[in-house]
This record gives sequence, structure tokens and C-alpha cells, in this order.
Amino acid sequence: MARTTPLPAAGALPATRRRPLSTRAYPAFRTVALVVTVVALLLPLIWMVLASLKTNVDIYDPSKSFVFAPTFENYVNVLTRNNYFVFVVNSFWVAFVSTLLSLVLGVPAAYSMSRFTMHRSALVVLMARVIPGVSLLVPWYYVFSNLRMVGGFEVLILSHMFVALPLIVYIMMGYFDSMPLELEESAQVDGLTPIGAFRRITLPLSVAGMATAGILAFIFSWNNFMFALVLSGSKTKTLPVAIFDFVSYASIDWGGLMAAATVVTLPIMVVALFAQRYIVSGLTAGATKG
Amino acid sequence: MTSTTLEPTSAQAAPPRPKPTSAFSAWANRHRKWLFAAPAMIFVAVLIIFPLVWTAWLSLTDSHGSVRAAAKFIGLQNYATVLTDTTRFWPAVGRTVLFTGVVLVFEVVFGMCIALLLWRPFKGERWVRVAVLLPLVATPVAVGMMWRLIFDPNIGFANQVIGWFGIPPQPWLAGQETALWTTMFIDVWQWTPMVALILLAGLTSLSEEPQEAAKIDGASTWQRFWFVTLPLMMPTVIVAILLRGIDALKTFDILYATKGKGGGSFNEVETLNVYAYGLSFDYNQYGVSSTVLILFFLLIIGVMWALTGRRNKKKEA
Repeated sequence: MARTTPLPAAGALPATRRRPLSTRAYPAFRTVALVVTVVALLLPLIWMVLASLKTNVDIYDPSKSFVFAPTFENYVNVLTRNNYFVFVVNSFWVAFVSTLLSLVLGVPAAYSMSRFTMHRSALVVLMARVIPGVSLLVPWYYVFSNLRMVGGFEVLILSHMFVALPLIVYIMMGYFDSMPLELEESAQVDGLTPIGAFRRITLPLSVAGMATAGILAFIFSWNNFMFALVLSGSKTKTLPVAIFDFVSYASIDWGGLMAAATVVTLPIMVVALFAQRYIVSGLTAGATKG
Repeated sequence: MTSTTLEPTSAQAAPPRPKPTSAFSAWANRHRKWLFAAPAMIFVAVLIIFPLVWTAWLSLTDSHGSVRAAAKFIGLQNYATVLTDTTRFWPAVGRTVLFTGVVLVFEVVFGMCIALLLWRPFKGERWVRVAVLLPLVATPVAVGMMWRLIFDPNIGFANQVIGWFGIPPQPWLAGQETALWTTMFIDVWQWTPMVALILLAGLTSLSEEPQEAAKIDGASTWQRFWFVTLPLMMPTVIVAILLRGIDALKTFDILYATKGKGGGSFNEVETLNVYAYGLSFDYNQYGVSSTVLILFFLLIIGVMWALTGRRNKKKEA
């Protein structure tokens, strides 16, 4: 994301040339546009957090939109009465293990596909991104329930690996593509085996790429809903599924629901804030090469 | 003492010594291409190929009730039923295409605007970037729930805001006519940042020379965007449309979170994905749902082919 080309200095433009109105008005317009963008993107999230701090009576009172007496009652309810902490741990465990295993499988695969330009093989892995998940779920459910695996962590981790792996292969392929071959080759000239060169030279050099791929895979696994909806059991429920406990046909406990939504979203946002650079480079991987 | 401890380390650090490689390691090195790639490919293939073949088979049977129950082979009858179904299937196709088309247009236009705003350095850039990133990583189900509160007809913030401008309250997600458009709005809110980031990456990798040349030739800002930046950005725009389009066709989380099973009581937001999910897991109509899924899959492949086909043709030219 680094900008390599500096802008021409202000003095570089001939001072006498009259600049068109659009150019003069632009800085002001840009500031306004940026503020509007930020407000539009953040306000709903702020609204969610505000509602989670209100009592259900205050949520129904439009005069208390922004000014109200905050309470942590909803969070206490969510985390104690509804066993939410267990779901947080479930979500974390599933996302963490599936990301780790996907890295173990995906990084060597991406390396091989990049070095030996196995585009058709890469397509097999990327197919996983294209197929609608529902078409896989019925057969999976059938097989895994026959194996008595539905409701266990293994099947959830497997299904989330299915989300993480193509992402990791895609990102790491781009990463290896842009890595110079010479380092490895000189290591091989020095007597390392090709696998040894991969292990000792290439892998340590691609830590940043693996971090990018891993963080992104973790986020997508944490947010995944459909697979867990069908394949998780009462003990392995992940947060996005558990959130529906607050919705009943009769009425919705809005305060509790918003607290639950905040509990799902906040951890991943904290991750995003700290790993901003990696996430952006991961999401945009491959986009600039066309 | 020193020499004995150093001995193994130096052997590791100084590779020139020809290593006595085992037969296995020699074999592994020779076949590393497939040794590395195969595990991931087998994993994905096992989880894809069997289900796909099975779905294709189920679509030719009358399987329902339980997947374990014996199903009768009925040929293309499901396809005839589904393709002539104008109450559920074709409206779902229409909604899927409409949803994808509309969100793509808005996401690309807004995404381009945001990318252009962020293109040149400015004060407070970090904060804007954070704001752009947050909707993107927010859990879609939670996002659906959040908008459900905001769009609630009675207590929602949305009606409060439009009330300030004297606009009468709208039913939003609760309305039969407005629900689909409201879910589109939510999708645009969540995924425009993704398109913006991809386009921004494209913009920053553009070479500056054409811009400078156009500036010297006296092109206005608008002209430079329209005749220089945009044509150069087309490959990136297509990548963004492709990535986002595949996911938009498959949208599930937001629709399920805001309208529940079956896309609401009038199926007002029932897209192909939601329809197939309901057929499979609420009504256990495996045969029909497999048929819908196969057709859905063909639609996705078709859209992808249309987009990438155009791209390749451009590359050849």
C-alpha cells in the first residue's frame, strides 16, 4: 500500500495559471466526502454498541438515542446466563485449529503451484470458492452423520478448513510468485536439498505472507455461519449460530441481541485493528495483477 | 568442549558438506511438486467431488424425507418441475440476479469513489482506513441483526432519521416490497469497503506517467479520470466484480439473519441459495433442492465464464 511516487510539490505548478474551480474546491469537497463515508460506515456499528448498553425500555425510547444511562446488564446476562463464554471459546478453537491446519496444507501447495505453475491444479482448490456451500452440505451431513461426527469439533474444523484453505492457497500463490527464485537456488548450490531450501530459506522469508493469509482465514472462519448452522451441535455451537437464541417469534430481546452481536464482532475487530496492514494486503492479493 | 558443541551446529550452518541423503528424502525431493500440492488438492477434491456427484445424482431422483431412504430414479422430471415452476424457482432466480446486479453496480460505483478519495495521502488517513475495514470484518450475521434493529419499523433509528427530513416511516425489512431492497442496502454497506480496497490497490499500482502526460496536455480532473484512470483500471474493476459477484450470488448470512428461514413469510428475499437451503434443511426435498443447486451452479459458472472470457479476449487483443 506504500505510495512510491510523491506528489508534485505545490510550487511545481505555475502559480499564475488559473486553476479551474473544481480543483480549488476539491480539498473541501474531499473532507466532506470523507467525513460522510466514515460516518456512514461507523454509525451503524456504534448504534449496535450503544443499544447493547441500553435497557430494553431505553431502546424503545427515541429521545434516548444517544443520551442514556449505560448499563452492562445485557453483557452480564449474555455472558453468564446464556453460556456465551463457551461459544466464544468454541468459535476461537474452531477458527484457530482450522486456520493452522489450512496453513500446513495450503502453504506447501501454494508454493508448489507457484513454482511449477500448476494453474489447473490451483483451479481445483479455487473451485471451493465458487461452489455454493448448500450443495455440499446435504452430502456432507449424510456422510458425517453416518460417521457419527456431526456435533463434534472435527467436522466443524474440517468444514471451516474448506473456507480457509482456498483463501490461503490464493494469497500464498501470489506471495510466492513475487518472491525471487535466486535465494533458493543459491541455497541449493550450497548443498541444501530442494525441500531443505524451502524449509530453511523460503518459509522463514514468507512469514509476513503466512500472517496475512492466516489472519484472513481466521476472520472468515470466525464469521462463517452456514456450515456451523448445519454441522454444529449444542456443545460445539459457534457464536454466529448462538446469536439466534435471542430471536424468538414472539419478541426479540434487543438489548441482549445487540450485546451478543457485539460479543461476536468485537474480538474480530480488535484483530483487524492490529493487523490492518496484513488484512488489506490479503484482501487485495492478486487484484492488481489483473 | 567448545569444539564438540560447535560441531553439530556448524554442520548444520555450513551446508556444502554432501549430506548422506536417505532414499526417502531423495524420493521426496524428486517428487516434491506433487508431494506439496497433493494433500491440499485431495482434501478439497474429496470434500467437493463426492458431494457434487451425489448432488447431480440426487437431482435425478425423488429423494425426500430422509437422505437414507431409498430414492427412485426419475430422470429429468425434477428439472422439468423446477424449470416450469413460476411461483418459487423463477422468482428466486430473478431475485438472485437482481440482488447481485444491483449490489455490484452500487458497490463498484461507491467503491471507486472511496478508492479515489483515499488515493492521495491526506491527514487522518489511518482513521479512514480503519473505518473502511471495520464493516468488512464484522460478522455478517451480527451485521444482519444490527440492521434489523436499525430498520425496525417502530423503534428503528432509520425511521427516526428519515423523520427528521419529514419522510414518513417505511416498513423496510418488514415490507413485502421493500425487504429485498433493504437487504441490498445492507450488503452494499458491508461489502463496498472490499471493492474500495481492491480498487485502491489497483490505483496505487498504476504508473504515474499517463496521468502526468494528460495533465501537461491540459486534461481536467474529470477528463483524466474518464479517459486515463478508468481505462487503466478496467482489469482491476473486473477482478473486483468477479470476486464480489461470486459471493453476492451466494449471499446467505445477511438474508437469513434479517428475514429468517425461507426469506420471510412471503419469501420476499428468497434467493436461489436461501431457496435451496430451505428445500434441503427445512422441507427435506433433497431431489428438488439438488436440481435447484445444479442449476444455480450452472448460473454461477456461466456468469464467471462471461466475465473471465471477456477479460481473456481483451488480453489477447
